[in-house]
Amino acid sequence: MTTVLCVFMLTLLVITAFGMIQARNLFSAVMLGGIYSFEMASIFFILDAADVALTEAAIGAGITTVFFLGALALTEHRERGRHGPQWLPIGVMTATGMMLIYASFDNPRIGDPNAPVHLHVAPWYLEQTPQLIDIQNIVSAILASFRGYDTLGELFVIFTAGIGVLFILSAPAPQDRKVSERLMNAEGLRHHLVPRVVGQLLVPFIVLFGLYVQFHGDYGPGGGFQAGALISAGLILYALLRGEIAALRAVPIWFLRMLIVSGALLYTTVGIAGMLLGGSFLDYSVLSNDPVAGQHLGILLVEVGVGLTVTGVLLSIFHAFAARGQ
Amino acid sequence: MTSFAVHLPVLQVVVPLFTAAVIPLLRERSLAWAAATAASLCAFATAVLITVAVRHSGPMSYAVGSWPAPYGIELAVDAFSALLLLIVTGASSVALLIARSSLDLEVAESRQYLLYTAWLLALAGLCGIVVAGDAFNIFVFMEISSLATYILIAGGSKHALPAVFKYLVMGTIGATFYLLGVGLIYMMTGTLNLADMAVRLGEVADTRPVLVAGGFITIGLALKAAVFPLHTWLPNAYAYAPHAVTVFIAACSTKVALYVLLRFDFFVLQGNLSGHDSWFTALMLPLSIIAVLAASVAALRQRDLKKILAYSSVAQIGYILFGAGLMSASGLTGGIVHMFNHALAKGALFLAVACLAAHGATLSLEGVAGAARRMPLTAAGFVAAGLSLIGIPGTAGFIGKWFLVLGAAEGQPVEIWLAIPILLGSLIAVVYIWRVVESLYFGTQCSTAGTVREAPWWMVLTLWAAVLGNFYFGLKPGLPLELARHAAFGLLAGQE
Amino acid sequence: MEYIGLFNYWVFAVLLMIGMYAIIAKRNLIKKLLALAMFQSAVFLLYITMNKVDGGTAPIIRADVQEQVFSNPLPQVLILTAIVVGVATLALGLAIVVRIHETFGTIEEDQVYVRDRE
Repeated sequence: MTTVLCVFMLTLLVITAFGMIQARNLFSAVMLGGIYSFEMASIFFILDAADVALTEAAIGAGITTVFFLGALALTEHRERGRHGPQWLPIGVMTATGMMLIYASFDNPRIGDPNAPVHLHVAPWYLEQTPQLIDIQNIVSAILASFRGYDTLGELFVIFTAGIGVLFILSAPAPQDRKVSERLMNAEGLRHHLVPRVVGQLLVPFIVLFGLYVQFHGDYGPGGGFQAGALISAGLILYALLRGEIAALRAVPIWFLRMLIVSGALLYTTVGIAGMLLGGSFLDYSVLSNDPVAGQHLGILLVEVGVGLTVTGVLLSIFHAFAARGQ
Repeated sequence: MTSFAVHLPVLQVVVPLFTAAVIPLLRERSLAWAAATAASLCAFATAVLITVAVRHSGPMSYAVGSWPAPYGIELAVDAFSALLLLIVTGASSVALLIARSSLDLEVAESRQYLLYTAWLLALAGLCGIVVAGDAFNIFVFMEISSLATYILIAGGSKHALPAVFKYLVMGTIGATFYLLGVGLIYMMTGTLNLADMAVRLGEVADTRPVLVAGGFITIGLALKAAVFPLHTWLPNAYAYAPHAVTVFIAACSTKVALYVLLRFDFFVLQGNLSGHDSWFTALMLPLSIIAVLAASVAALRQRDLKKILAYSSVAQIGYILFGAGLMSASGLTGGIVHMFNHALAKGALFLAVACLAAHGATLSLEGVAGAARRMPLTAAGFVAAGLSLIGIPGTAGFIGKWFLVLGAAEGQPVEIWLAIPILLGSLIAVVYIWRVVESLYFGTQCSTAGTVREAPWWMVLTLWAAVLGNFYFGLKPGLPLELARHAAFGLLAGQE
Repeated sequence: MEYIGLFNYWVFAVLLMIGMYAIIAKRNLIKKLLALAMFQSAVFLLYITMNKVDGGTAPIIRADVQEQVFSNPLPQVLILTAIVVGVATLALGLAIVVRIHETFGTIEEDQVYVRDRE
C-alpha cells in the first residue's frame, strides 16, 4: 500500500516538475512550485518523516510561494524569449542522470532495515534518548541536543538571509523605474468581503497553532522552525488582508528586529552558559542539577530562540518586499 | 587556564557569531565597525593560540554538547586547520582595518552596519568550516559563509548584482552537490563524522555509490573553489565587490573550499577507493596546468585592475591544485604553503588597489595612469606585493613556487616537464603586473583625474604592514612551512 | 519487482537533472530560482528515502505501545536544516532579482548581460 502511494505521488511530482519548468506565465510556475512542495511534503509523510513534512509544507509550500509572489509583484509576470530546447545541456544532463541511475543499483532498497544507515548511529539515538533526554520526539532530541550545533548554524543561516534581504532591499531605488502592478498594496484586501471575513477569523487560530507547534515539539512533530514559519504565515495573512500599514502598526519593524537578535543571542547564550557551568559548548546537562532536567531546559530555550528568530526574519523579509513596491 | 584552552576550537566560531548577533543593535556605523574589528582581532588571537596549542600537543578535538562522536558533532583541529585559521582571521582583520574609510565610498552610512554583520557571519562561517570534523556541519557553515559573502559582494556597484546572482546560483549548485555526495556516503556508511567515515568506508563492499559520491563532492567543492573551468563566477564577483571586501574574500574564501576538498579527497576517500590516487592525479594535474595558463593569459587581456588580479587568483588556485595533484610530500607542502603565501600577496595587492581607489580613481589601466607621482607609497606597495605574486626570491610567493617545482622535479620523468608551465605562469604574471606598474609610473595622467592624492595614512600603513609581512615570510618561512609540512604528512598519511 | 525499491532513486535522478537543465538553459532569473529550489528538493528526497524502514513509523516514542519499529531519525534532522538553508538562499536570490529588475529593467539573463555592458 505504501509503495503504491509512494509511486503514485512520485510520478505526480515529476509531472508537476515538468509543468513548472515549461510554464511561460511565471505566476503559474510559482503556483505549480507550491503544489510541488505540497506533493513533496506528502511523500515525506508517507516515508515516516513527520517533522520534515510539516516543515516542507510550512516553509516550502507556504513561505517560499509568498516570497516568490512578492518578487513577481515587483518584477515581471511572464517569461520572455522563445528558446527551443538546448541540446548540449540536455545531452550532459541525460548522461549524468544515466550515471546516477546506474549507480543506484548498488543502493540499499528502500525500507531495508539492514541498510548501513540504520545500523550505526541511529539505533543509539533510538535507545538512548529516553534515558539521556527523555522526550518523545527523537527528531527534536537530535535536532536540539545531540546535533544542536548544526541547529545553531541553521539559525544563523536564516539570520544571515534576513540581514541580507534587509541590506539588499535598503539600497535606494532608482528614481525612474517603472511602477509595476502590485499584488500587495497599502490598503490590502479591505474591499473584498469574503477573504477579509474568513481570513481574519483564521489569523488567530494560525498563530495559536504556531505556538502549539512551538511548545509541543518535544511530544510530536514540531519545533522552532515550523512554529516560526506558521506564526509568520499567520501574520503575513493579516498583512495581506488589512494592508501593510495596519500590519506594521500591530507588529512594528523594531519589534521584528528585536525578535531576530534575541533569538540568536538566546541560543548562543545557552551554549556559552554550558561552557561557563563547566561543560562544553551547548552542553545542557550542566544547566540544572539533574542532567535530564537540564536537557529539557536547554531544548526548550533553544527551540524558543529558533522560533523567535525565524518569525522575525520571515516577517522582515516579507515587509521588505512589500515596502519596495511603494 | 587549561580549561579555557580546551574550548578554543569552539570559541573560534562563537566569538564572531555572537558579535554578529549583537551588531544589528548598533546601528551607527563606527560602533558597528569597532565591534566587528574587535571580534575579528579576537578571532585572530584565538587562531594564534590554537596554532601554539597544535604545535605543542598535536591535533585537538572537541565534542560539542559533550556528546561523543559520532553521536554528537565533533570539532577537529590540526596543523592544516591552524594554518587556514591564521589565513582567514588574519585576512579579515587586515581588511577590516581599512574598511571603515574604504566602505564609505561605496555603501551608504545607514546601511553599513548590516554589511559588518554579514562580514562577521562570513568570518564565523569560514572558521566553522575549518574547525569542523563532521561532514554535514561543514555544509551548514559553508552556507553561512556563502550567503554572507553574497551579501558582502552585493554592497558593491550596480554591476555587482548580476555577478552576485551568478555566484549565488553556481555556489548553491556546488553546495547541493556537496550535500548530495555526503548523502551518498552516509547511505553507504551510516555516519557523518569524517574520521569515522574514513574507517567505515574501508568496509563498504560496493564502491559504485562511493565513486559517484566522491565525484559529486569534488565537483561541488570545485565550484566553490573556482577551479577551472568552474571559475566563471569569480572575476566579476571579485571585481565589483567593495574594495575592502575583495581584500577579505580574495585572500581566503576559495582556499577554505580547497581545504575541504583536500580533506575529503585525501582523508576520507584516499585509502578506500582503489586507484583513487592515480585517478586524482590524472584529473588534477592537467586541469591545474590549464588553469594556470588559461587564467594567466586571460589576466593579460583585462584592462580593469581588479579583474587582472581576479584572473590571477584563478591561476593561483591552479598552482595549489597542482601541488595536490603531485601526490608527493613536497608537492603537497608547496600547494598548502602557497595558500598562505598567496593570501599574503593577493591581500596586499588588493589593499593597494583599495588605496588607489581611496580618492576616487577609476581602477583601470587608463584610470590609474601616472598615479605613482601623486601616490608614491601606494604604488611602491603595489610593486612590492606584485613581486611576491610573481615569486621573486626573498618574497613569500617564492616559497610556494619553489616547493612546487621541487615536487615536480622529484616525481616521475613526465612530471619534471610539468614544472615548465609553473615557471611559464610566473613569467606571464610578470607581464600583467608590469602593465599595471608601467601605467602607474610611466603613464600620462588623464586630465579628469584632478584631485588624486595619497590615500589616508592608516590605509597606507596597513598596506605596508602586509607588504612587509610578505618579505618577512619570504625570508623566514619557518612557521607556515612547518604547518604546511605537518599538514601534508597528515593528508598523505591517510593513504596507505 | 524488487526494482520498485529503487524507484525513489530514479525519480531523484530525474528531478535533479530537470532542475539542473532548467538552471542552465532557462534565461529568466525567476525561473532559474524556481529550478534551483526544485534541484535542492530532489536531494531532500534522496535523504528521506534513506530514512524509511519497512513496517516502521515516525520516530516518536509512544508510552502505550511497546515493541515499536522506528524509521531513522537522523536524515530527517539533516533535511530540516537543509530546507531552511534552501529558503534562506531563495530569499536572498529573490531580493537580488528584484534589485536587478530595478537597475536594469529586465529579468531575462541575456538582456541583463547586454545592459550591464553599457
